[in-house]
Amino acid sequence: MKKEDVPQNVSSLGKITTEVCYATDASGNYTTQQSRGWEVKIDALNVTWEDIQKKVEAAKQRVLNNEVSPIAFFIERSVMDINILSGYTGFWKWQIKRHLKPAVFKKLSQKKLAKYAEVFNVSVDELKSMDVHEQ
Amino acid sequence: MCMNNNFEHIQAAHCESGVTRNLLKNIGINKMTEPLAFGIGSGLFFVYIPFIKINNGPAIAFRSMPGIIFKQTCHSLGIHVERKKFSSREKAQQFLDDRLAEGKAVGCQVGVYYLPYFPKEYRFHFNAHNLIVFDKEGDNYIVSDPIMDQVTSMTSYQLERVRFAKGALAPRGQLYYAETNHEVTDEQMKKAIQHGIKKNVFNMLRIPGPIAGVKGIRFTANKIKHWRDKFGLEKAGLYLAQLVRMQEEIGTGGGGFRYIYAAFLQEAHAYHNNDELLKISEEFTKSGDLWRTSAVQAAGIYKGRLGTQQDFNVMGDYLLEIAEIEKQAFEALSKLKWQ
Repeated sequence: MKKEDVPQNVSSLGKITTEVCYATDASGNYTTQQSRGWEVKIDALNVTWEDIQKKVEAAKQRVLNNEVSPIAFFIERSVMDINILSGYTGFWKWQIKRHLKPAVFKKLSQKKLAKYAEVFNVSVDELKSMDVHEQ
Repeated sequence: MCMNNNFEHIQAAHCESGVTRNLLKNIGINKMTEPLAFGIGSGLFFVYIPFIKINNGPAIAFRSMPGIIFKQTCHSLGIHVERKKFSSREKAQQFLDDRLAEGKAVGCQVGVYYLPYFPKEYRFHFNAHNLIVFDKEGDNYIVSDPIMDQVTSMTSYQLERVRFAKGALAPRGQLYYAETNHEVTDEQMKKAIQHGIKKNVFNMLRIPGPIAGVKGIRFTANKIKHWRDKFGLEKAGLYLAQLVRMQEEIGTGGGGFRYIYAAFLQEAHAYHNNDELLKISEEFTKSGDLWRTSAVQAAGIYKGRLGTQQDFNVMGDYLLEIAEIEKQAFEALSKLKWQ
């Protein structure tokens, strides 16, 4: 890639920092060139997040239908799975599977709720209500 | 506290080669550059692991195992490496604080999910990111993240969270630093470059099985041609988006690390006066360019502009062409005459 061909389509990262790209100068020697982002990458990230958003919405609906507890919604929203959540909370996977039942979730201690809330970066009230706004 | 005043933050394309260069410069190895660290550490790779899923998509990597670049670069140059993992968070912090008090700059493996300065869109559960901590002011750690153009900082809570990220490749507080009491000679650099290339030739041409190296690229090419039938258009598009993210996202320098490797071969030429290196470097530029052309094709599919079986065939054929270019290039490297 030639230096002047390094794309400059501003990405969400591009607002915070430019990225280093390796590219060639007029005589074919490698040098570095800052890039603010590339359309192709922005689209790849966008379709990935659109897909995550769909899963978040589906999970939300299942919580509203009382099929699962709000933890299912936050798992999708945090792009986690039960393994990762088990790592961060310190709960066993079987415990988390229990906590995913609405009836069990309602009886969870304040301490356990606080643990989940911290991992999901929300307050306990937000954890219960799913009423969160994107930062 | 005795602070590290000499530390210089230089932005890099790839986190691990950037950390390696910045740590080595900090202990006086001024010859080190990012491409040299990448090449001496045999950073270039390709692997597609079909039985693992990452974020519901294919597990594809364009670079070698995390940790190899730093380890191999230091090892080849006779530089001592100290590396430590921790089971206790308190001990992990104490150990880091003690090294900072000695004036050392320390590399840390971290997860990006809770990195406070990354934009939300980039925060996945990826645990093999590298950064350097080189100072502490009150409760704030001063951080040189090679991806960022500026020095940043994290509170002790924030740093602990990313050092003890969970999931695949959990860093477990892992930190590392290099120590040496001698300058690196040109002779050592020459040997290290030669060793790095030889190992990279092995990784790309001679690892048994179909999923790694040049064979892995061909394997992926043939898989892609079946993705449309197997998964349907939408999921196949998401798979291609994941491929492109692994190839082009922050930390690759563009073209799936192929451009950094081409830059490395040019720099290697300054040590080994062999013009073949320059010619082979051009081949890697060609390969990087073709990886980017294939990314444009993939984007056409995941954006919905393209979508026929023929479009997937074209995508697969790009990868077959790339595999051929890289095969020839690595074979040429394996036949190089070293003085």
